[in-house]
Amino acid sequence: MSDKNLSRRGLLKAGAATGVALSLPTIFTSKAYGFTNEPGASSVTLGFNVPQTGAYADEGADELRAYQLAVEHLNGEGDGGMLNTFSSQVLDGTGILGRRVEYVTGDTQTSSDAARSSARSMIERDGAIMITGGSSSGVAVAVQALCQEAGVIFMAGLTHSNDTTGKDRKANGFRHFFNSYMSGAALAPVLANAYGTDRNAYYLTADYNWGYTTEQAIQEATEGVGWNTVNTVRTPLGAGDFSSYITPVLGSGADTLVLVHYGGDMVNSLTNAVQFGLREAQANGRDFQIVVPLFSRLMARGAGENIRGIFGSTNWHWSLQDEGSQAFTRSFGEKYGFPPSQAAHTCYVQTLLYADAVSRAGTFNPCGVVEALEGFEFDGLGNGPTLYRAEDHQCFKDVLVVRGKENPDSEYDLLEIVEVTPVDQVTYAPDHPQFSGGELGTCNPGA
Amino acid sequence: MEAIILQILNGLDKGSAYALIALGLTLIFGTLGVVNFAHGAIFMIGAFVAVTLNRVLNLSFSVIDETRTDFLGNPMQVQVPYVEHWFGTQTGAAIIDWSVPLAIIVAIPIMALIGIAMERGLIKHFYKRPHADQILVTFGLAIVLQEIIKAFYGANPIPTPAPDAFVGSFDLGQIFGFEPFAIMYPYWRLVYFAFAAVVIGAVFAFLQFTTFGMVVRAGMADRETVGILGIDIDKRFTTMFAIAAIVAGLAGVMYTPILSPNYHMGMDFLVLSFVVVVVGGMGSLGGAVAAGFLLGVLQSFASMSQVIDLIPGINQVIIYLVAIIVLLTRPRGLMGRKGVMED
Repeated sequence: MSDKNLSRRGLLKAGAATGVALSLPTIFTSKAYGFTNEPGASSVTLGFNVPQTGAYADEGADELRAYQLAVEHLNGEGDGGMLNTFSSQVLDGTGILGRRVEYVTGDTQTSSDAARSSARSMIERDGAIMITGGSSSGVAVAVQALCQEAGVIFMAGLTHSNDTTGKDRKANGFRHFFNSYMSGAALAPVLANAYGTDRNAYYLTADYNWGYTTEQAIQEATEGVGWNTVNTVRTPLGAGDFSSYITPVLGSGADTLVLVHYGGDMVNSLTNAVQFGLREAQANGRDFQIVVPLFSRLMARGAGENIRGIFGSTNWHWSLQDEGSQAFTRSFGEKYGFPPSQAAHTCYVQTLLYADAVSRAGTFNPCGVVEALEGFEFDGLGNGPTLYRAEDHQCFKDVLVVRGKENPDSEYDLLEIVEVTPVDQVTYAPDHPQFSGGELGTCNPGA
Repeated sequence: MEAIILQILNGLDKGSAYALIALGLTLIFGTLGVVNFAHGAIFMIGAFVAVTLNRVLNLSFSVIDETRTDFLGNPMQVQVPYVEHWFGTQTGAAIIDWSVPLAIIVAIPIMALIGIAMERGLIKHFYKRPHADQILVTFGLAIVLQEIIKAFYGANPIPTPAPDAFVGSFDLGQIFGFEPFAIMYPYWRLVYFAFAAVVIGAVFAFLQFTTFGMVVRAGMADRETVGILGIDIDKRFTTMFAIAAIVAGLAGVMYTPILSPNYHMGMDFLVLSFVVVVVGGMGSLGGAVAAGFLLGVLQSFASMSQVIDLIPGINQVIIYLVAIIVLLTRPRGLMGRKGVMED
């Protein structure tokens, strides 16, 4: 590449310089008011940072639908959804603290760099007071760190890695979604019950942050019920054809395959595993089994019939019968014609939780919001009684163990809930080894 | 031993796809002198012809079933495919079940049309331009096609199953006296391998045994002289472009049950197919096929956990490593002809 052309490094430098230049006025104004992007008297702007392109674009589209619905409900339009079932009845459909809610959107492209730059632009150019969204833990960790520096609140979207509220936790960041540890703790007893306590497991793991923590969590939890780990193999992201990773499984002495994959990778690896006859195979004198720790309905659709009978865990499912879930499914279903995904649910809930915290705190100041959210106990948002733990900003609530439905009624009715694992069973100490090494630090209002 | 046989088998179906795509690439390069980066997109479009046919066959009208309710508690609307309505439930279901093989028939004219449109509409304007221009314009075209597919079909992979008769795998090992379940191989991958062999054979036979093929081969060797002899070589080259598109398209159609297609699959295969062409030797059809299978098998071996434990990361670089070694020792590729791309 010649000197005249823009190199990536050059572009980044230029971008950083522009960023600094752009942020200067913000710093001055924030000093004057006390915190970054203090909204005016009439409206407040939220930043929805979701993957609009790339491998998780479908998840991103569903997240955006949920955010639009949440904004409608906060502004008093539509049927109010979960505002009616939320245990905290502070929100009354007049926006947040009397200000009409407006929003801007960014495209994370499921890339940390792109996500950071779109979040930065929403904070600095559009004056977003809070950033939320995302469908990847890599993105969540990166954007959370940026929001901490910029002095705005980050309400994480779909992110399942332990690190988001573990070693990379930040005072300005909050996660409603469950995590790898919780999946392991919820799944292991169900697996032991269904498949026995002396299974030999073989792991195929996505080669990035989320894959590592999930592999570790499932491995420790299943070894706790007596399982043995035969092998763990890392697979590159977007490998496409996983057959060369699948074929050695049967000869390895394993009788269970754990697929720590998400999105398109999970669809492909599961399809390959089924094609290669793993589900009909016998190993160690019993039926071979497959487990997918993190399920989503959007993925289940991609995997088609292959998902039937396979165990996994999920944060939420539209078929839950509690009032909150039904209210959300009804508003979403009537607006868009199909039920919401777990990604949509967590994003909708996060927006409500933020708005509620601001209202209770009586200020948009991030430090006030942090204080209002820390240790906050609530109900009526679809997961039963939930606690936003002060020590790590992680929500603690029941976890769903699901199984691919054998005879689905429709293309949305793909997972059945096997067990609602009570919150006590998935709770861990804030300094648990899987989460150690991180410090929340102090909240940053940006002043 | 079982592991080695398994990886060879694995390599064969991936190699079949590489070989089919590389065959078209090198055909276009050999005849038109164009480096076509949109060739992967043609493979992807072929796969989406199968997806589309599956969707068309599944076009349904809704009947309200009062006995069941949907997720909002309203009476369930049950979808009945028109095909089942017209031809009876059993015949209709069978037609839908066989949508992937049926897509071959549909794909041939569609891919030919797309190929001709691409060549006449865009690529012919770039024959006399430098290779860099050709690469840029075809790469751009590939991105456009990819984004169009994404706009219509979304970003997630779309499952397109093989006919029920070919679902599952059979115990190849037991036939040869191995333990049960030692060597399992999916039926459809065998079908794919056989299909690729037939298509490759047909292309070679066409070039070898028809007058048309003879003229094309002559044109590949010396375009100018063939032109002087009064033969309209351009027209035949358009036909060759269409044939290359059909080959890649069919490779895509048949690959859908192996890998649920998404908008990006073309790009994934394209890069490797280019390496295949280079390793096989630019402009050599036999080389492309041989290198396709060779790299497919090598890639499978490199993905074995024993090999990865020995040399971490080898599975991601093996193809390029082989390419470097081949180019260092045989700069024209395995079966490269003298004088191709050397002027």
